[in-house]
Amino acid sequence: MGELIVTILTGLSSAASLFLVAAGLSIIFGVTRIVNFAHGSFYMLGAFIGYTMVQAIGGTIVSYWVAVLIAALVVGLIGVLMEILLLRRIYHAPELFQLIATFGVILVIQDVAKEIWGNEDIVSPRAPGLDGAVEIFGQRLPEYDLALIAIAPMVLIGLRLLFYKTRWGTLVRAATQDRQMVAALGVNQRWLFTGVVFLGSLLAGLGGAVQLPKGGADLLMDFGIIAEAFVVVVVGGMGSLGGAFLAAILIGLLNVFGIQIFPNSTLVMMFLVMAVVLVFRPWGLLGKPETPAATGTEIPNEPLRPAVPMVKVLAGLVLAFLIALPLLQELFPTVLDPFVIVQANEILFFVLFAAALHFIMGPGGMVSFGHAAFFGGGAYTSALLVFHFGLPFELAFPAAPIGAALLALIIGWFCVRLTGVYFAMLTLAFAQIAWSIVFQWTEVTEGDDGINSIWPSDWVTPLVLYYLTLGLTVAGVLLIRRIVFSPFGYALRAGRDSPLRSEAIGINIRRQQWFAFTISGAFAGVAGALFLYTKGSIAPTSMEIARSFDALLMTLLGGVEALAGPVVGAAAFKLLEDLFAASEYWRGLMGITIIALVLLLPKGVAGFAQTGVGRRLGLSRAEEVRA
Amino acid sequence: MKIVKTHLLTAGIAVGLVAGAAGSAGAQTIKIGDINSYTRLPGHTVPYRRGAVLAIEQINKSGGVMGKKLELISRDDKGKPGEAVKVAQELFLREKVVLVSGSLFSHVGLAISAWAKRNKRLYIAAEPLADALVWSRGNKYTFRLRPSTYMQAAMLAAEAAKIKKAKRWAPIAPNYAYGKDAVAAFQKVLKKLRPDVTFVGAQWPGLFKIDAGAEVQALAKAKPDAIYNVTFGSDLAKFVREGKLRGLFKGRLVVGLLTGEPEYLDPLKGEAPEGWLVTGYPWYEIKANDHATFVRDYQARWKDYPRIGSIVGYNTMLAIHAMLKKASSTDTEKMVAAMRGLKFKTPSGPIMFRAIDHQSTMGAWVGWTKLVNGKGKMINWKYLDGAGYLPSDAEVRKMRK
Repeated sequence: MGELIVTILTGLSSAASLFLVAAGLSIIFGVTRIVNFAHGSFYMLGAFIGYTMVQAIGGTIVSYWVAVLIAALVVGLIGVLMEILLLRRIYHAPELFQLIATFGVILVIQDVAKEIWGNEDIVSPRAPGLDGAVEIFGQRLPEYDLALIAIAPMVLIGLRLLFYKTRWGTLVRAATQDRQMVAALGVNQRWLFTGVVFLGSLLAGLGGAVQLPKGGADLLMDFGIIAEAFVVVVVGGMGSLGGAFLAAILIGLLNVFGIQIFPNSTLVMMFLVMAVVLVFRPWGLLGKPETPAATGTEIPNEPLRPAVPMVKVLAGLVLAFLIALPLLQELFPTVLDPFVIVQANEILFFVLFAAALHFIMGPGGMVSFGHAAFFGGGAYTSALLVFHFGLPFELAFPAAPIGAALLALIIGWFCVRLTGVYFAMLTLAFAQIAWSIVFQWTEVTEGDDGINSIWPSDWVTPLVLYYLTLGLTVAGVLLIRRIVFSPFGYALRAGRDSPLRSEAIGINIRRQQWFAFTISGAFAGVAGALFLYTKGSIAPTSMEIARSFDALLMTLLGGVEALAGPVVGAAAFKLLEDLFAASEYWRGLMGITIIALVLLLPKGVAGFAQTGVGRRLGLSRAEEVRA
Repeated sequence: MKIVKTHLLTAGIAVGLVAGAAGSAGAQTIKIGDINSYTRLPGHTVPYRRGAVLAIEQINKSGGVMGKKLELISRDDKGKPGEAVKVAQELFLREKVVLVSGSLFSHVGLAISAWAKRNKRLYIAAEPLADALVWSRGNKYTFRLRPSTYMQAAMLAAEAAKIKKAKRWAPIAPNYAYGKDAVAAFQKVLKKLRPDVTFVGAQWPGLFKIDAGAEVQALAKAKPDAIYNVTFGSDLAKFVREGKLRGLFKGRLVVGLLTGEPEYLDPLKGEAPEGWLVTGYPWYEIKANDHATFVRDYQARWKDYPRIGSIVGYNTMLAIHAMLKKASSTDTEKMVAAMRGLKFKTPSGPIMFRAIDHQSTMGAWVGWTKLVNGKGKMINWKYLDGAGYLPSDAEVRKMRK
């Protein structure tokens, strides 16, 4: 009896901090439509600043909580800074573009936090007055857990009062439903958005600060919490605070009971919950279907046109250079060392990976947060066939796209029922499930140590592998272009721009999307196999969230609306990485560069072609107008 | 924000310039490649690099080797095997290093090792603990310094076996290869020494994602006499705090793998657990083998005390120095030949790289934790030479095939 009660209370207390972070994320997304990846960084900052404040002034019961609140306020203000300096300038950029800006912020905050608080984990002191444990039917429960259990509903009630009893709250709810209408009615959107980001960041900071007595602060907290926060928001229903509360409790409780029954379930539990919820309730537990008015993106993208001569010439020159690269390297070894071949090779398979993602994101209008599942899926298909059955390179390599396509066929079947962010999150959930299978099924996959020493046949020298990579990437990119301009591609784009009209003329949108998803998975699988045979090893890290985000960042950086986007984006991203690789501060440098690019080129690097300057340079047609 | 950005930018450029200037030093130096997870786990890897840099500086001050100075070129592997392979290629093809060393994560070390074998380059793994690195996936070009998971777990198990009252064991370990291997090795050795012990209710929290309250509840439910802890870093801090508050450790023996390493024990400060049997690094008390001199030099150079990573980094560079002296060549095959059976002196005691499996005989310190002046320390410790905790030659041959 006591055991059961204490277990339930433990689950509730671990839900509290998660709820605070998720609530902030949900509020920001609801109004600004920004998927704020930096939210986890604000949580981390809340913990670090909270620790510093507690050390400085938090000696007594009252001053301790004052210190916690100050930390939350400071983080809220940092959020405001991000909104005013960065986000405000790019609200009109294509949907999700802001995501890379927030990613740049993550990188910068990581380096700044490391500089200020050092390398070592910080363990925070216990909260004064709540430093012991209470006995409940003979079982001990930390007093602080009871405080956490009380804080979450208090914040929920406070937020509800704010949203339902104040004018500001009414405006926020109105903007969540239809932000254009709110603007038309003369509400100053700027300050509304700033206020919302302040509140959301403050909640993240509070979440980080209140968890201090349960542990402390470390530099891995940001990525540790962000996926969980998204899961809670999505399971509860985007923009629904009550939903986030319910979902946080559900996940907290499932965790405590889950590990008592299946101690191995720790990695996958919450993603399984999310997948199940989304399959049965596509808009989360308490969410509502998204209306076009809410997303505010009913303007269709500019129609895609075949490349203009200038772009074809440029592409031809780049291709000629890449073909001649090994020869040039031998002729001018002082200018070009042998490592440039390695670099070019790596850029090429990431171009293919990004192009695969872009195919469903741009023309398909489906944003996948889990494309690493197919990259890794392809690589693991080959690696497992070699490892267990000794298949030769010539058979194992072509098996990669088949394996990846099968995986995409299964995952896609579930995902295409959903749209927008829910689609993205379901892909993430499945990718995490796939990852955890590879990670934990050690007998078959060798677990997280990965599979080593998978090399191509002897005739495939590094030079041959380079040309193979070049050939397959160029063929893949051209093939994707061909598909985009085929009837299938037109139907896909029609489904993206106007689902209602497309269905009226008899297009089965879901099936188009399902096939597109599968095709994209196959291309990602080829990229994964090229990765495998270049590196000789594959580990679950190639399937984790970070790899999915790499592809996402490359595609967005290049520009979703341009067909050349993923090519340019992947090349730019990888070249920047190489440029900063030798610096200890590569994350900060990378983050600042990404932020600068986002501010200068809000349509992406390749989107530059569609700007006035780009048109004058002949990079795109001059007469194009928005539909 | 702006100030910070400028500061970072300047720092970045400065680092770039220094790297550029060093690169032009040319053939007067022998370049050593260093790959480690400098951004993913800086708490462990930065002390590693400091130890390595200190050793390089001392070696160069005493004249270097083969009439040349040593130069260490560091790269971040970002905790990803694919990235590690790429920087290995960069180090060899662009920077012209003669060998690569370092790394912490096992999957990273295994990937570099596979690449080294394929390309016939020397790789001296410093810290990856995976047993596979020298045994089931061992190869001619890979050597490993630090005592592996199996060795350290075997040392703890041998000590734990002496405590007769501990019969019912519950392990808690992070849910990945290192955690699983550490539990399997401990279980195997302990059961061999003590057929009367049983293992119950193993817990597998996600790495750095522990839900400590829940894990402690689950462990308590299994009612063990003893707990075997493999968690470390932020997981350990959370586990210790919840366990103390909920009375999990009361009247129970706790054995902790790596728990005594300063990297993991020191952040706990006054809350460091007492009376745990652990492996670790009592740098403050080791006097043998000129260790005190090493500590003094390290503190003078870095204004900080050494961690376990520091001594590993230091010893790795000493190994490379000794090997180059023995080989008198930077030819890979000659260096590999020199590494096999290489004997050299270190502040932690004499070490040998075994010819049979390329594992070094560096040992570990085993002792009991105690709070001294509000800090976690190791007492009643002893240094166990790695040579005593390695599998037999026959077993090694079977594993290496």
